[in-house]
Amino acid sequence: MWLFKSSVGRKVVMSVTGLFLILFLTFHALMNAVAVLSLDAYEAVCEFLGANWYALLGTLVLAAGFVIHIIFAFWLTLQNRSARGNDRYAVTARPKSVEWASQNMLVLGIIVLCFLVLHLFQFWAKMQLPEITGGDVYSGSQALEATFSQPWVLPVYLIGFCAIWFHITHGFWSAFQSLGANNDKWLCRWKCIGWWWATIVMLLFAVEAIALTIKFATDSCPCIGELI
Amino acid sequence: MEENLKKNVAQPAIDSKIPEGPVAEKWTNYKAHQKLVNPANKRRLDIIVVGTGLAGASAAATLGEMGFKVLNFCIQDSPRRAHSIAAQGGINAAKNYQNDGDSVYRLFYDTVKGGDYRAREANVYRLAEVSNNIIDQCVAQGVPFAREYGGLLANRSFGGAQVSRTFYAKGQTGQQLLLGAYSSLNRQIEMGNVKSYNRYEMHDVVIIDGRARGIIAKNLVTGKLERFAAHAVVIATGGYGNTYFLSTNAMACNVSAAMACYRKGAYFANPAYVQIHPTCIPRHGDKQSKLTLMSESLRNDGRIWVPKNIEDAKKLQAGQIKGSDIPEEERDYYLERRYPAFGNLVPRDVASRAAKERCDKGFGVNNTGQAVFLDFSEAINRLGIDVVRQRYGNLFDMYEEITDVNPGELANEINGVKYYNPMMIYPAIHYTMGGIWVDYELQTSIKGLFAIGECNFSDHGANRLGASALMQGLADGYFVLPYTIQNYLSDQITVPRFSTDLPEFEETEERVQADLDNLMNIKGNRSVDSIHKELGNIMWDYVGMGRTKESLETALEKIKELRKEFETNLFIPGDQEGMNIELDKAFRLRDFITMGELIAYDALNREESCGGHFREEHQTEEGEAKRDDENFFYVACWKYNGDDTKAPSLIKEPLHYEAIKVQTRNYKN
Amino acid sequence: MENSISVKLKVWRQANPKAQGEFVTYELQDIPTDTSFLETLDILNEQLVERGEEPIAFDHDCREGICGMCSLYINGHPHGPATGATTCQLYMRRFKDGETITVEPWRSAAFPVIKDLMVDRNAFDKIQQAGGYVSFNTGGAQDANAIPISKVDADEAMDSASCIGCGACVAACKNGSAMLFVSAKVSQFALLPQGKAEAKKRVKAMLQKMDELGFGNCTNTGACAAECPKNIKLSNIARLNREYICAKCSD
Repeated sequence: MWLFKSSVGRKVVMSVTGLFLILFLTFHALMNAVAVLSLDAYEAVCEFLGANWYALLGTLVLAAGFVIHIIFAFWLTLQNRSARGNDRYAVTARPKSVEWASQNMLVLGIIVLCFLVLHLFQFWAKMQLPEITGGDVYSGSQALEATFSQPWVLPVYLIGFCAIWFHITHGFWSAFQSLGANNDKWLCRWKCIGWWWATIVMLLFAVEAIALTIKFATDSCPCIGELI
Repeated sequence: MEENLKKNVAQPAIDSKIPEGPVAEKWTNYKAHQKLVNPANKRRLDIIVVGTGLAGASAAATLGEMGFKVLNFCIQDSPRRAHSIAAQGGINAAKNYQNDGDSVYRLFYDTVKGGDYRAREANVYRLAEVSNNIIDQCVAQGVPFAREYGGLLANRSFGGAQVSRTFYAKGQTGQQLLLGAYSSLNRQIEMGNVKSYNRYEMHDVVIIDGRARGIIAKNLVTGKLERFAAHAVVIATGGYGNTYFLSTNAMACNVSAAMACYRKGAYFANPAYVQIHPTCIPRHGDKQSKLTLMSESLRNDGRIWVPKNIEDAKKLQAGQIKGSDIPEEERDYYLERRYPAFGNLVPRDVASRAAKERCDKGFGVNNTGQAVFLDFSEAINRLGIDVVRQRYGNLFDMYEEITDVNPGELANEINGVKYYNPMMIYPAIHYTMGGIWVDYELQTSIKGLFAIGECNFSDHGANRLGASALMQGLADGYFVLPYTIQNYLSDQITVPRFSTDLPEFEETEERVQADLDNLMNIKGNRSVDSIHKELGNIMWDYVGMGRTKESLETALEKIKELRKEFETNLFIPGDQEGMNIELDKAFRLRDFITMGELIAYDALNREESCGGHFREEHQTEEGEAKRDDENFFYVACWKYNGDDTKAPSLIKEPLHYEAIKVQTRNYKN
Repeated sequence: MENSISVKLKVWRQANPKAQGEFVTYELQDIPTDTSFLETLDILNEQLVERGEEPIAFDHDCREGICGMCSLYINGHPHGPATGATTCQLYMRRFKDGETITVEPWRSAAFPVIKDLMVDRNAFDKIQQAGGYVSFNTGGAQDANAIPISKVDADEAMDSASCIGCGACVAACKNGSAMLFVSAKVSQFALLPQGKAEAKKRVKAMLQKMDELGFGNCTNTGACAAECPKNIKLSNIARLNREYICAKCSD
């Protein structure tokens, strides 16, 4: 199968899964916006995405997207390191036009992965998982409160968002390049679209996280609300 | 010495095998009547092709396509790097796409005239005839020639012609043509018809019963000598310009393969014909390794000058003033002055000699006194810097990178006239018209040994026109040799493949090994390059642009001393195990020394001035070259006399012109 | 020769492919700034020979930036700090007096070191042999003007074809990928009508060979195009991907 055997094929897999994950993140950000506007509406969304067959199927597809993207990333990196040979350069310099992110996608990916594990632990493991396995099921707002009422969460999330932003600014146009949907004119366009897309989505996430943190902080301690 | 030369004149005439009939029908007649080899037999015949430039790569590929088994050797790490790749300008063909009156005859005529009537007529006509096929061939290979907006091929004009017949691919025509030939070669390698040996250098040719049957080549990585057998050997190893140490040739270009053939009895023809290119960047010091060519196209808009006053020249040499400090009326545009009709666009040899004449008189413009100005002020003032940059921008950038001077930069304004930084240029050794003597079939005087491309002497006479080298290389490789070699091979079909254990192989390898051992064992004090530089200086000073009987005799004396120095005081570090770049260079230098002598012998013998060969005794009152058709209307073939230190013998191949009337070249009016 | 500088050259020395290599530092005095970098190495070699030591082996030939023979990874850049130029077109005025210049060979598993700074780039030939040609025999060509080709396509094909096969793209790539090199050849033929007939076969064969030879996967860092001495564009790689994906999908 050329998607596994050829270098271009493997990159196609990375591109398709990557674009799929970007799409997912976009929907995720929009869904979060609901929570900021109204927790009740958010509950309805969570209900809709509970342990229903379509939501479970969606989760599986999504998980597959993540897993394939991650496995291929490690596989490609191992191959690339061996292609580089045993001796490393003593001095290296990055040309101006080369993005920092592009040369550090794995590191960024690992940071994102850690963030993902934390995030799954904080939400998915308390919401959809116990619905299937049985146990204490948190509602959407409960999970949000349990997470964002802890002061360390916001900075950690912001770091995670930052890593994702870097990852997407390169990943977005790179995906189109790998799929062959690129040329001299579109190179700048894809880079520009990718930058804005990543920035808007990650800003949305960041604003939502900050809003929720403030919200739960004011709920537990009204004096902060008065201050604001 | 002179006595020796005269004595040697009485040698038997040699057969150039020119077919019967009018010049326009010779090649057609030849092809119609030559012997061919049938496909089944081709598989049983091996051919060695040494070199992968335009001639070598195209020949190896075409012979492979025909079904012969080809062994192809190159000195670089890949066939694609042969020095044909550096040709910038273009390739001529008589397509007449521009409807400006071009024809096969006109291309033929221009080439013969440009060669100062010293080329073999029949060969040149054939060259012009197949020139059109070359363009078709290259386009079919996917060579991206420049095109017009309508999608058809574009042409440019070049020196020495009144029509636009030069096809080009940006400033990289040689590269694109070579990559085309390389791609065809790759296809044959993939199909198993050609076996490619990279980083191999031919050290000798093996002769069995008077026929070339193989070569001894050195694997440059392991340092080991290896034997290769074949039914025929083709040499496509380029010219001998590096005899002069500094030239526009690549660093690895050498004459060793040709010298090996020469020592085995192949005649060396017209070695004195060396082309000196007028627009190179001048040398800047004794550390320089090679000279960089600036495209000849610069002469279309650039004006060449030196100061009128010797005082100004002295100040320039001392670095007290710059070229842009000298106003228009103090400048001597000597080409425009001497050749009003052609001005700055006179042929290469004329422009080169004129520059030398001014510098010899003390008007040189840099610290070495060996440079003239090429000025774009007039063009920039007339056309604007944008137009000029559009035409020559990449050349300006290249010049700036090398010299740190930007020729497009405004430098001075005197009396309202703007002066820009002029470029400095000086002539440099560029191409060698002489080479291994070949007959009409491109076969040397040794049976089964063929020479193609710059390596042979055949088509350019005493001077080569621009954009003709690529044409000749590809004509030989694609369209001439693959036919003519069959005429030789047709009676070889019953000859079985040779074993490389034959005593002839053993003996030849032992001799080469002994030569290498000798070089290693000298253990003197001097590096190869230091001796090579000295040879280069001798060649440039005494066998350069202007030669005299005295200078040539001095050169022969000095080279003789230098050979002694080489043989007694050379030092090569390391050993013969593995790669030894100094040993490789020393082996080449040994042959450059012999080559240098050969050039001097030929130049001494040729008591006339023609094309790239200028004898100062033989010039008109105005300083123009004076040919002597009565006494020198022949190809000078030099035969080795068994020892490098012995003078070679001269054999003459008289020239016969049927289609062209021999005239004096005139670029004045 | 008004200006000269002194530099330290930190050069990778390795006796043969199997030997353990190491850096050796050499000091050079009074190098005129109008000397080319390779001439500086010549000067150093001349000094080494005078001392009875073996000179540094490095690949070089035309010394005018077209043959693609010269390599060298200088101060972290293939072909040195100048852009759009090969090592042989690099002049000493680019360096400062007293500077230490680190000179390394191309580093890639597919380009093993032969000696010192010289590497084996035969892998590139193998990729070309796999399909970098139009299958066409000498003599069978129609008239060169029989097929008009738009100037735009011809010029773009020319830009792609100007690759000199030096290997700087592989040397610059942190993944040791040869995509820019392969894409330049594939693009040249993909853009011209002559190459269309066997375009699918060609792209599959060349890519397969590239993978076989152990070059890495392209992650679109763009270092190859940034360091390419002939400014081969990144869009060629997109075209290669497109050609390959289309060829595979139509299997």
